[in-house]
Amino acid sequence: MNNTSGFSVVRNQLFSFVRKEFYHVLRDKKVLLILFGMPIVQVLLFGFVLSNEVKDTRIIVIDVARDEASRQLITKLGASRYFQIDHISTNESEIEPTFRKGKIKAAIVFPVNFQQELQHGNQAQIQIVTDGTDVNAANTINGYIMSIIQDFSLESNPLQKMPYRIVPEVRMLYNPQLLGAPNFVPGVMAMVLMLVCVMMTAVAIVKEKEMGTMEVLLVSPMRPLLVIISKAVPYLLLSFVNLSIIILLSVYVLDVPVKGSVLLLMSLSTLFIITCLSLGILISIQTDSQQAAMFASLIGMLLPTIMLSGFMFPIENMPWPLQLISNIAPSRWYYIIVKDVMIKGADFSSVWKETLILITMTIALLAISMKKFKIRLA
Amino acid sequence: MGTSFSIPNSQFSIQANSLTKWYGKEKAVAVNEVSFKVENGEIFGLIGPDGAGKTSIFRMLTTLLLPDGGSASVSGFDVVKDYKQIRNTVGYMPGKFSLYPDLSVEENLHFFATVFNTTIETNYHLIKDIYVQIEPFKTRRAGKLSGGMKQKLALCCALIHKPTVLFLDEPTTGVDPVSRKEFWEMLKRLKKEGITILVATPYMDEANLCDRIALLQSGKVLTINSPATISASFPHPILKVKANKMSTVIKSLASLQGVISCHGFGEYAHVVVEKENDKIIDSIKEHLVAQKLQGIEVQKSEPTIEDVFISFSRNGISQ
Amino acid sequence: MKTYLFHFHEMESANSNILSIQTEKLTKRFGDFTAVNAITLDVKKGEIFGFLGANGAGKTTAMRMLCGLSTPTAGKAVIAGYDVYKGTEQIKKRIGYMSQKFSLYEDLTILENVSFFGGIYGMSSAQLKSKSEALITQLGLENETKKLVGSLPLGWKQKLAFSVAVLHQPEIVFLDEPTGGVDPVTRRQFWDLIYDASDAGITVFVTTHYLDEAEYCNRISIMVDGSIAALDTPSNLKKKFSTESMDDVFYELARGAKRSGD
Repeated sequence: MNNTSGFSVVRNQLFSFVRKEFYHVLRDKKVLLILFGMPIVQVLLFGFVLSNEVKDTRIIVIDVARDEASRQLITKLGASRYFQIDHISTNESEIEPTFRKGKIKAAIVFPVNFQQELQHGNQAQIQIVTDGTDVNAANTINGYIMSIIQDFSLESNPLQKMPYRIVPEVRMLYNPQLLGAPNFVPGVMAMVLMLVCVMMTAVAIVKEKEMGTMEVLLVSPMRPLLVIISKAVPYLLLSFVNLSIIILLSVYVLDVPVKGSVLLLMSLSTLFIITCLSLGILISIQTDSQQAAMFASLIGMLLPTIMLSGFMFPIENMPWPLQLISNIAPSRWYYIIVKDVMIKGADFSSVWKETLILITMTIALLAISMKKFKIRLA
Repeated sequence: MGTSFSIPNSQFSIQANSLTKWYGKEKAVAVNEVSFKVENGEIFGLIGPDGAGKTSIFRMLTTLLLPDGGSASVSGFDVVKDYKQIRNTVGYMPGKFSLYPDLSVEENLHFFATVFNTTIETNYHLIKDIYVQIEPFKTRRAGKLSGGMKQKLALCCALIHKPTVLFLDEPTTGVDPVSRKEFWEMLKRLKKEGITILVATPYMDEANLCDRIALLQSGKVLTINSPATISASFPHPILKVKANKMSTVIKSLASLQGVISCHGFGEYAHVVVEKENDKIIDSIKEHLVAQKLQGIEVQKSEPTIEDVFISFSRNGISQ
Repeated sequence: MKTYLFHFHEMESANSNILSIQTEKLTKRFGDFTAVNAITLDVKKGEIFGFLGANGAGKTTAMRMLCGLSTPTAGKAVIAGYDVYKGTEQIKKRIGYMSQKFSLYEDLTILENVSFFGGIYGMSSAQLKSKSEALITQLGLENETKKLVGSLPLGWKQKLAFSVAVLHQPEIVFLDEPTGGVDPVTRRQFWDLIYDASDAGITVFVTTHYLDEAEYCNRISIMVDGSIAALDTPSNLKKKFSTESMDDVFYELARGAKRSGD
């Protein structure tokens, strides 16, 4: 038959198989679309459309007072980049219908005698009405309004003798302007990498089973381990490309630079990619059809892990069973790593714990996969 | 299980001993104590319709399924303990087209050559006659070939590493008659290379192209022998009868005295009779004339494998 | 006494002059590629017509046009009295179809399948009841009515599928390789069913790779490279090519096919 040594045999098989895998991926337009289209779409979507920043939020002002103080405060509100005054009226009953129409997110009401109260009573009241359906946004809006009002009251009474009080100065660390982007770039990275590695890998391996080529491969000298590795390699490389695209988009389009070491970020990301690939491999071993593999990865893995990663919803607010479950979601730990390294600029000493957890998960997944790999059809 | 089989270089490439396989909770038996031996360099056919158990037998012999009972060896290697050696040396063409549809003809061939640690050039002489027919399409995606072409490519990929034993599971099913004929001609040429070939097929006419066959139905072996011997051993004489309306011939003769059975065989009906004599021939002719049929012909006929199979089916082993 | 699945139209037989299928230069093109090239054929009511050809010769494409599933690029055709361009819905009501790939729902029982398909063709529940009983008796499946179709052997499934395809007494039934892989006895039982249908006036349009089955047809056509290379009775074709068997006729015609790679 042939006289080549064991190592070169394996090397040839591996090379040939990986090349075949690349053919499959590059010739399947649908896969390519998901692979490369998705991160770009995600980034743009989050960056420009779904921003949860507060910017040019529409508000209305009900100015019953119509005095100079109210007008000054209203001008200040209008000048702020956070708000855009839709219109000013004197009719309080307008508030609810306008809210219901969805045109505004907040309403500010200046009662009669505003100025008088301010100047003579040392206490004036303003009513702030915010749309509570989006709690996060509402809180942010309230916060901005309050700070504008605070500024105003200090400006208008600079010499006022106030009792000694602590004025909290709020500073959003790492993200002083409360930009949305730094919040979601790590989340998008985790999501995209998981999707590509888990789902694509799972489907790719199961496809062979479904097509019947797995049968032929089994009845051949090709070792099952090699089949798995060969399937994973293209997706490893493609995920790398994706990772780079996202980081580049983040740095140059969204103005979110990598504060920490890029090398550290890349290597830990590679670790996460391998974790996800292992998960994909395990799913592919347990399922028999592409449909089942997609279902298991999407509904079974992706959705829960995205929701439990801390990206969209804070983990600390979840009921404790979910908090417990979130511990086994690899994305949760990776999310922390990316936030720390990319946004906070931390170094390895801050993320060694999370890294160790990911390494342990990877080894466990690979061990289970090896054990469960079927060398026969049944 | 566990008995060591003959060492390699024995007379038999494949030995199956009471192979049994069942599926599901109800343990539906798909393969029921099937035994047979295939000699080196022989073309051996497993002939039987869907549900006969052919694919299950194949999968047990190629080490893809564990037998639930019995044992088997290929080239002297036990299918359970020595599966790795078997997987390194046999060629396997499963029932469904099992190559990569989005890879070209060349790419598929190249891939399988590498998987088997060889190159296309090494054994090109084996596949040359077949490959030249598909070579004009070598850059075409395998998925876009016709059924006959796909089978030829699959055969090339199974042969590229010069296997000692070739397993072909229904290689001609669904393929048109011309391509089927060509395929079998290719198999005959391979025999000269000393490759043992085990073929499964539902086509009775292909049985005649094998050296020996096993007739299978519902998981059981009906008989094993050379096709000629099996046909010749048919216990009753057969007459072939023709008239202008086949359906009437079949219906009316089935219940005639002296007739055991009557079935359509294309242009003629095969009428199995108890004794072949002028009396029965006249009786048949009269009967058909009475049915207002014309163009009546009655002749002696040689039994075919299909006749044998039908008589087995009628005599108790029903589906 | 035999229970008949359908009414006998004794006046109608293969000798009738009513044409079930009539095509004139029917053509289908996909871009540059001409899959079916101007085929012209007639099939009489009650005839058993064999539609043969190598894979890739254009049989499936042609059949799809005749069933009203694909719009022709050019040419004319009248199926069961309706124009293939304008009357596809009427055509579908009057034809039955059965193929090797799909016949019945494997996870439904026999009765459930019958009532489903019967319902599609607008049969009333009274009609369905009597037809189901006749079907089951004719096929000898009294003990299997509660079983899921998927658990039946292939041969029975195919016979059932055929019976369901003719349940609504269509004018034409199209059969796409109905006997592939089926055992010899069941194959012949299947053809008994086809004969019965033909006797009852149903036109049978069947494709097959079993050349002995070609002999059971009244007439056959052989498609090569998208065109009809021959159309006649089996015996005439054998005389024409001076051969003893349909095998050789087929071989002579299909051998020169250019489209062997498609």
